[in-house]
Amino acid sequence: MNRGQKRVESRPADASPAAADMLGLYERMYTIRTSELRLANLFADGAAPGFLHLSVGQEAVPVGVSAALEACDTVASNHRGHGHVIARGLELDRFFLEIMGKAQGYCRGRGGSMHIADMSVGMLGANGIVGGGVPIALGSALAHQVRGNGAIAVAYFGDGALAEGALHESLNLAALWKLPLLLVCENNGWSEFSPTSAQFAAHVVDLAGAFGIGARSLDGNDVVAVAEAARSFAGELRAGQGPRLLECVTRRIRGHFEGDAQKYRPDLAAASLDTDDPLSRLSARLLGSGVQAAAIEAIERRVAAAVEAAVEAARCGEAPTFAAALADVYSPVPTHA
Amino acid sequence: MPEARYRDALNRALGDAMAADPSVVLLGQDVGAFGGPFGVTRGLLSRFGDTRVRDTPISEAAIVGAAVGAAMSGLRPVVEIMFMDFVTLAMDAIVNQAAKARFMFGGAASVPMVVRLPHGGGLSAGPQHSQCLEAWFAHVPGLKVVCPATVEDSYVLLRAAIEDPDPVIFIENKALYSERGELPDHPVCAGIGHAVVHRPGRDVTVVTYGASVARAVTAAESLAAEGIEVEIVDLRSLQPWDEATVLASVARTHRLVVFHEAVESFGPGAEIAARVADAGFDELDARIVRVAAPFSPPPFAPALDQAFLPGPAQLIAGVRRVLE
Repeated sequence: MNRGQKRVESRPADASPAAADMLGLYERMYTIRTSELRLANLFADGAAPGFLHLSVGQEAVPVGVSAALEACDTVASNHRGHGHVIARGLELDRFFLEIMGKAQGYCRGRGGSMHIADMSVGMLGANGIVGGGVPIALGSALAHQVRGNGAIAVAYFGDGALAEGALHESLNLAALWKLPLLLVCENNGWSEFSPTSAQFAAHVVDLAGAFGIGARSLDGNDVVAVAEAARSFAGELRAGQGPRLLECVTRRIRGHFEGDAQKYRPDLAAASLDTDDPLSRLSARLLGSGVQAAAIEAIERRVAAAVEAAVEAARCGEAPTFAAALADVYSPVPTHA
Repeated sequence: MPEARYRDALNRALGDAMAADPSVVLLGQDVGAFGGPFGVTRGLLSRFGDTRVRDTPISEAAIVGAAVGAAMSGLRPVVEIMFMDFVTLAMDAIVNQAAKARFMFGGAASVPMVVRLPHGGGLSAGPQHSQCLEAWFAHVPGLKVVCPATVEDSYVLLRAAIEDPDPVIFIENKALYSERGELPDHPVCAGIGHAVVHRPGRDVTVVTYGASVARAVTAAESLAAEGIEVEIVDLRSLQPWDEATVLASVARTHRLVVFHEAVESFGPGAEIAARVADAGFDELDARIVRVAAPFSPPPFAPALDQAFLPGPAQLIAGVRRVLE
């Protein structure tokens, strides 16, 4: 069921192929939105412990980027990574199981929201360290190049990572070695509790340009534009043309973390889903291209049911044991030891 | 038995590992064309090519971070950091990323990477090119920490580190690179975590590792002239460390001195002394003594450097204390 979200939905008889593709994008974005809003409720109820960093209003970025990815590709994410992992096709059951701290979760209850990973689909982990995932994606791109497997690596990072030294070093190395690395900067305007303008003196496209890295800035709330740009860049990467950087300009709707009242934000009124909602925009576009409202509503009902089923499955998950966790600090002892 | 220098044993281990496994790659500043700042990677670029032997810019954070991602994606990277002191720039990749990946991702991830770190003083290299920081890494769950003392172990343990499925901090002492020792044509490989009794003796156990092993031998020979027989246990790895071999030695000698070049306070010797005081309490006939560097940054001037570096004279004084 959840695996199905990776595939484009079978298209309605009256829709063009483009509309069918867009319905698939809509389903993935709606899955992220519904999952995150459900997580916000679970957090408020005390059923989702720890820190949650939601990406509500930013769903078009990972869904658009993931449309350009193949099964062999790899992805490194950041602390605001729910959208990245769901767009990559991770299972909702194990996603909720992890965030609700259960033994059957993706990390067996050891990572939580900031560390969802699934090596079997090339998801190299969300990351609790700002900018920490960028060198990991860089190294994954190096592995793809050494192995000559035609795969690419994606590094998702926010504007908050632009001031990190590891990012600057990674840009230089990726350019020097012409690595198949797609750098995706989700610029939501806020670095934790400070505006980007107070944190970063340059512009990310100029920064990439300083290293000779092809870069584009675009409306990150337009999923079709993100998907087209990502496909174009991914093609160049697979052709060995070196790294590319995509700045996706979006908005952070909710707090840095759940529970953040955002009293520091003068732009709060403007940054609302009423002003710029990537889902509403895609929905309007679908209706304009002749898709029936009933087809969209059917997707929404199906996704809502899937999310609810995943939450219920997660509630039934078992608490992890520390003995099992301790056994995974190191790998099993090598045979000749 | 054939002889070799330490650096050549390390070089042979890297070359043999690369020949045996195409996923082994080398990363580091000047490891390629220049052959490595200490000559350890000499000849490997021409043998294996620049896809697998990568000269990197001076970007420790990105290089070690990239090794983590490469290790998660099918490679076995071996990174050389020119001096152990410079590893401070790569600590996020080692401590927050590599060390935790397996645990944090539910046992489903593996980070088979090696970070080679030259440590040690005695070369007047000064405060930022001499430190022995191994205790930092032994304190981080998820890392293995290896420090060979002999030429043969330089080969054997580096091969084991490269084959290991977990991230390994591999520490080499700069003072040893040009020293010679025995290296068999076909060294017997062994896993990480096994200490050896380097020199048997009935009176006092000296637990040590790395370049301090040879200094302990000098002290032991001097004490033997007085009829005091020191047993030297070479730990070979600090994480995991071979508690059973140490306890067995203490059960024979009933006296323990821990000896290392790292500073004494909160150093590796503190952990070993504490464990033996607990698990080996009934065997002890004397206090446990640590002989290690004073709590000071390593100095530059030869006169200061010699006062800082714990050598045979300090160890002999320590042995006398446990025999009082």
